Amino acid sequence: MFRYIVRRLLQMVLTFFGATFIVYALMFANQTDPIQALAGERPITDSQRQVLTERYHLDEPFIKQYWYYMKALLTGDFGTSLTNRKIADMLEQAWPVTLRLAILAIVIASTVAILAGVISGIRRGGAFDNVTLLVTLVMLALPIVVLAPLAQLVFGIQLGWFPPTAGGDASLYELLLPALVLGSLVVATELRVTRSSVAENLRADYVRTARAKGLTGKRVIGVHVLRNSLIPVITLIGVDIGNLMSGAIVTEGVFNIPGVGFNLFRGINTEDGPLVVGFVSVLVIVFLVVNLIVDLLYAALDPRIRYE
Amino acid sequence: MVGKRPWKVAAGAAAIVLIAAGCGSGSDDSEASANSVTIGIAEPQHLIPANTTESNGSQVLGSLFYPLVKFNEQKQPVETAAESITSDDNKVWTVKLKPGFTFSNGEPVVADNYIDAWNHGAYGPNGNDASYFFERIQGYADLQSKDPDGEDGPQKAPEPKAKTMTGLKKVDDTTFTITLSAPFAGWKSVIGYTAFYPLPKAAFASPGVLKEDFEQAPIGNGPFKMRGKWEHDQQLVVDKVEGFKGQVPKVDSITWKIYQDPSAQYLDLVDNRIDVQTLIPIESLGKAAGDLGDRMQKSPNSNFAFVGFPTYQKEFSDPDVRRALSMAINRKEMTDQIFLGAQTPATSFVSPVVSGYRPDSCKEYCTYNPTKAKELYTKAKGPAEIKITYNVDGGHKPWVDAMCNQIKASLGVNCTGQGEPKFADLLTKVKAHEPVGLIRLGWIMDYPLMENYLGPLYSTTGSSNYYGYSNTAFDNLVKQGSEAATPEAAIQKWQQAEDILAKDMPVIPLRFGQNVYGFSDRVTGVTVDLFAKADIYKIEVKQN
Repeated sequence: MFRYIVRRLLQMVLTFFGATFIVYALMFANQTDPIQALAGERPITDSQRQVLTERYHLDEPFIKQYWYYMKALLTGDFGTSLTNRKIADMLEQAWPVTLRLAILAIVIASTVAILAGVISGIRRGGAFDNVTLLVTLVMLALPIVVLAPLAQLVFGIQLGWFPPTAGGDASLYELLLPALVLGSLVVATELRVTRSSVAENLRADYVRTARAKGLTGKRVIGVHVLRNSLIPVITLIGVDIGNLMSGAIVTEGVFNIPGVGFNLFRGINTEDGPLVVGFVSVLVIVFLVVNLIVDLLYAALDPRIRYE
Repeated sequence: MVGKRPWKVAAGAAAIVLIAAGCGSGSDDSEASANSVTIGIAEPQHLIPANTTESNGSQVLGSLFYPLVKFNEQKQPVETAAESITSDDNKVWTVKLKPGFTFSNGEPVVADNYIDAWNHGAYGPNGNDASYFFERIQGYADLQSKDPDGEDGPQKAPEPKAKTMTGLKKVDDTTFTITLSAPFAGWKSVIGYTAFYPLPKAAFASPGVLKEDFEQAPIGNGPFKMRGKWEHDQQLVVDKVEGFKGQVPKVDSITWKIYQDPSAQYLDLVDNRIDVQTLIPIESLGKAAGDLGDRMQKSPNSNFAFVGFPTYQKEFSDPDVRRALSMAINRKEMTDQIFLGAQTPATSFVSPVVSGYRPDSCKEYCTYNPTKAKELYTKAKGPAEIKITYNVDGGHKPWVDAMCNQIKASLGVNCTGQGEPKFADLLTKVKAHEPVGLIRLGWIMDYPLMENYLGPLYSTTGSSNYYGYSNTAFDNLVKQGSEAATPEAAIQKWQQAEDILAKDMPVIPLRFGQNVYGFSDRVTGVTVDLFAKADIYKIEVKQN
C-alpha cells in the first residue's frame, strides 16, 4: 500500500509538469495581444505597451516565458496577473468558495443519485424507475446555461425561496441554490450508473447465495449489493468533483460567485497566461489527489483489490 | 481492515464535509447602517487615478477623491477643489486650490500633491493607462522612452530623459502653474478627469514610486474614505469623511458591490439587495419596465457606436459608396427593435453630450433612403459583397446581423457579419491590412469637448483612428479649434471640421448611448452622469 502511494505521488509530479506545460503552451498559442485584450477597446499608448510587454516578458519566446514562470513557481511564487494582482492572493480568495460549492453540490448529487438509483435498480420497470428515467433524461438534455438562469429566476426571484446571488463569502443557505444547479449536472449520470450497477448485481450469484442463506432483504441490498455496486459510482463521483470545480464557470457567473471558474474565464478572456496556469496547476493537483483517493477507496470497497 | 465498516466511514466523511461546508463562512451580511447605499459595479482594474480609465474604477475613485472641476448641466467645467483655474493665453494655466482641504489621513492638500501625482502618472515606465492625458503638458515627451530595437527586440528601453515635466511648477503651497506645449482652450475641461486627482505624500514609497499596496486602500481628498481594504471581486466599502470641506454627500457610507455579470446584478436590484445599477443589460431590459416601473430611468451618456471603412480597401475609396451604405441603414429600426430604445440613432459625428453638437450634421447621408442609396451605389459601382467585422464578446451580433439585412434589402448586395473572438483580434487583422470590410467600433469620451471625438477618431494621428482616415484640411481645422482663444471660437472651427466628415463619410455613425439605470425603492435622487457614473452627492435614503 505504502509503496503504491509513493509510486503514485511520483507519477503526479510528472503529470503536474506535463499538464502545466501543455496549458501554458495552449495559452501562449491563443495569445494575440494580451495588452489590448486587457484594455478592451481603449487605445494604448506606445510607451505603455512597451512597459507592459517588458514587465510580463510578452516579447520573449515561449520556452523562456515558461522557464520564468516555472522558476518562480518552484519558489512558491505564482506571479502576478496582468492587472497586477498577486495570483497567490487570487487563489486564496477563489478556492474556498469554489471548494464549498463543489462539495455541497457533490454531496447533494450523490445522495440523491445513490438513493434514487438503488430504488429504481431494485424496482426495475416500475413507476418510480420510469419517472426517474424521464427526469434524468430532461436533466441531461438541459444545458447549464439554461438551467442556471432559470432556477435563479424561478426560485430566487419569483418564489423568493433563495437569494438570487451568492457572492464571495456566501453562507450555506446562499450556496444551496447554485449547488443544486451544479449538482443537477452530475446527478443524472450518477443515478443511471447506480441503477444499472445495482440491477446487474441483483442477478449475481452471490446475491442468490445470500438470499438462499436466508438473509433479510435489507441486509442483502444494503451490504452485499450496494457495496459492490458502488465501485463504478465512486469512480464517477471522483471525476465529478474535479469537473465541478473547474466546470462551474457558468454557475459561478450566474450566481455571482468569484471562484475558480470565474477566474479561469477572466484569465482566458484577457489572455492572461500566468493567471490561467496558476489556477489550472491547483486544479491538476486536486484531480490527481481525488483520483488517488478514489483508487484507494476501491480497496476499501472490494477486498479482492490489493495494491502493491 | 479498512473495509470492515465502509458505510460508517462514508457517512462520517459526508458529515464532516457538510459541517466544513457550512462553517466555512461567518456570513455577516453587512450590518447595513440605515443611511448607507449599495451600488453595483464590476471589478475595477486599478484604483490609482492615473491608471484608471474604465468606469468601475473611476466610480470608486470618484467617491474617494475630489476633482479640480466638475461639469454643470451645460457641460461647462466648474471649479470644485480648485479656487480658480485661469489662463491669459490658454498655454500657461494657473491653478489656485481652495484652502482647508485634507486627505482622509489628515495630510493637507497642497500643490505638490498634484504635481507629484501627475508626474508619476505621465512617467512612461510606470505604464499608467491614463498617461496620455498628460500629453499636452510641456515636457511630457521627456518622460517617455523608445525601445531602440522595437518592442520585439531583446534590448530594453533606456530610461527616459526626465522624471518630472517641465510644464508643472509650484508657486506656493496652494498655487501651481501648468504650461502646455501648445495653447488649448479646452484644458479646463480636461483636468476634470480621474487622472488629475492628487495623491498624498503617504502614497509614495520614495519620490516618484508608489507604494505597492496603495491601491488596496487608496487615500484621497474626497468626501469618503476606505473602510478596510479592497475586497477583490466582492466589494469596497467607503465611509463619509467627517468635516469634509467640499460638497457633502447625503449618505453616510457606500458599498460598491462587485458583480461579474450584469444580469446577476440586475436580479439583485429587483430583489432590493442593491440600491443602484448604473447599466441595466440589454437582456434584462425587456422585463425592466415591468419589474421596476418608474425606478428605471434613462439619461444621456457619451457612448458613440459606428462602423469605419478601412482606407486600405480600395472598393470603399469612392465616397459615394460610403454614403450609399450609410443611407441604406434604418438606424431607428435598429435602436428600437434591438436596443429596445436603450440607444438613440446617431446622425452626426460627435455625441449630443458635448457643446457644439448639431443634431443632424451628417444630413441626408445619415437619413434612411433605400431608393437613393441603391441609385448612388449602382452608379458608383460599389462592391457586390459587404462584410462587417465585429468582436463576438461584446453582444454585437444581433445588430450587425440586422444591419446586414438592411443593407441586403436596400442595395441588393450580399452582406455578412464576420465575428472575431475579441476586439484585440479585430485590431490585429486591421493592422495587418486584411480585408475585414466595415469595422465595428465605439468611443467613450474622456472629457466633454467636441475635440475628444474629432481628435482621436478622425484626425490622421488619432489614437483610435484604426481605419486610416486622413484629411489635412480636417486636421488643420481641429488644431485651429484647439488653439482658438475662446471655447466658442473653438467650437466654430470644430463644427467646420465636422462638416468635412459629413462630406467624406470616413465612418457610418450608428447610435448614441444612454445610461439605462435602475434603483431600489429605498433610495431617491439617483442620477447617472455623462461618464456613466452614479451621482454620489445627490443620492439619498428615504426617511420613514
